[in-house]
Amino acid sequence: MGMPITVEISGGSKIDKVFKDLFDYFVAIDRKFSPYKASSEVSLINKGKLNKNEYSLDMKKILAKSQETKKLTRGYFNVYRNNRLDPSGLVKGWAIWQASKILSKAGVKIFYIEAGGDIQVGGKKWKIGIKNPFNPSEIVKVLKVDNQGVATSGTYERGNHIYSPIDDRKVDEIISLTVIGKNIYQADRFATAAFAMGKDGINFLEELNGFEGYMIDSSGLATSTSGFEKYVYENN
Amino acid sequence: MNKMWKFLLSLVTVLVFVVYILESRKPQQSITTPSAGIVSLTPSPQAALSLKDGSYTGDVTDAYYGNVQIRATISSGKITNVEFLQYPNDRSTSVAINSQAMPLLKQEAISAQTAQVDIVTGATQTSMAFKASLQSALNQAQ
Repeated sequence: MGMPITVEISGGSKIDKVFKDLFDYFVAIDRKFSPYKASSEVSLINKGKLNKNEYSLDMKKILAKSQETKKLTRGYFNVYRNNRLDPSGLVKGWAIWQASKILSKAGVKIFYIEAGGDIQVGGKKWKIGIKNPFNPSEIVKVLKVDNQGVATSGTYERGNHIYSPIDDRKVDEIISLTVIGKNIYQADRFATAAFAMGKDGINFLEELNGFEGYMIDSSGLATSTSGFEKYVYENN
Repeated sequence: MNKMWKFLLSLVTVLVFVVYILESRKPQQSITTPSAGIVSLTPSPQAALSLKDGSYTGDVTDAYYGNVQIRATISSGKITNVEFLQYPNDRSTSVAINSQAMPLLKQEAISAQTAQVDIVTGATQTSMAFKASLQSALNQAQ
């Protein structure tokens, strides 16, 4: 996955084992899905070195979920670009969500898992800040979220560009899109797709049941879905 | 203007155009045509606008990024139904058609917040730092 992962938990027994299981899981995911590792399953697929019947169960699941997401988003979610497979826009959220199930099984009630800005929380209302895309040391919105997933798609990090799978146009009129969904797998896949829609992404989220969004455009104007307000934490 | 507003404007244009066709049978109505190409209706002082009951199909109109053609149903002198016979095959307009009314989404300029937070969400550049921080996290967990 190529990014730092932060886990905080309270309660549960055998904490050391829980942490080890969690990180073993992320290492296994990285081994399969990292586009940066020449030996990963994804890289081998892209080099034509694997037959479909040799794919791991996780890879088959991810490809099936990618197909489903592509249909749900009318093609705005697509794990192929220039004939190259990169399912990072879905794997990250899915892996974090699967990892959170490891915690639940271990009896951990209060936790969060954060990887690359994508978050799954559980057990209590956590305070989550949305980074200012123009000044990443600042927060521009504070959310209070429990038992849900929060994902942010964006292009303000150096060298990070998102292209619309429909017309291969670089999306640059919006620079950050935060999605709150029932879990981080759902939030992540729809954040990825909605961003590729540009300014229409927030309308897509408005229409989608059970999701709220906060979109920041390149001029610093933010647009939120009509149910987003219930997650906003006001300092009072 | 974004696509939704352009579409709504086209819809208003077509609806007004249809009403114009219906009203052109009544000599006492006065019509002005602004330079923008939108036909608007100035109601005559004596009578309120009244429409003959029935179903009327408007001309195919260029709605900027595709064709729009509607059929309006009039009953008891009012437009009671509008049906799209043609509309642009564009996802944003499909969304607009499918919803009865698009609520206006709230907009604001972003502003720095001072509250302390537990976790931060934001787009991040993927990095090769995974292994290093994994090890350090395991060290801390022990």
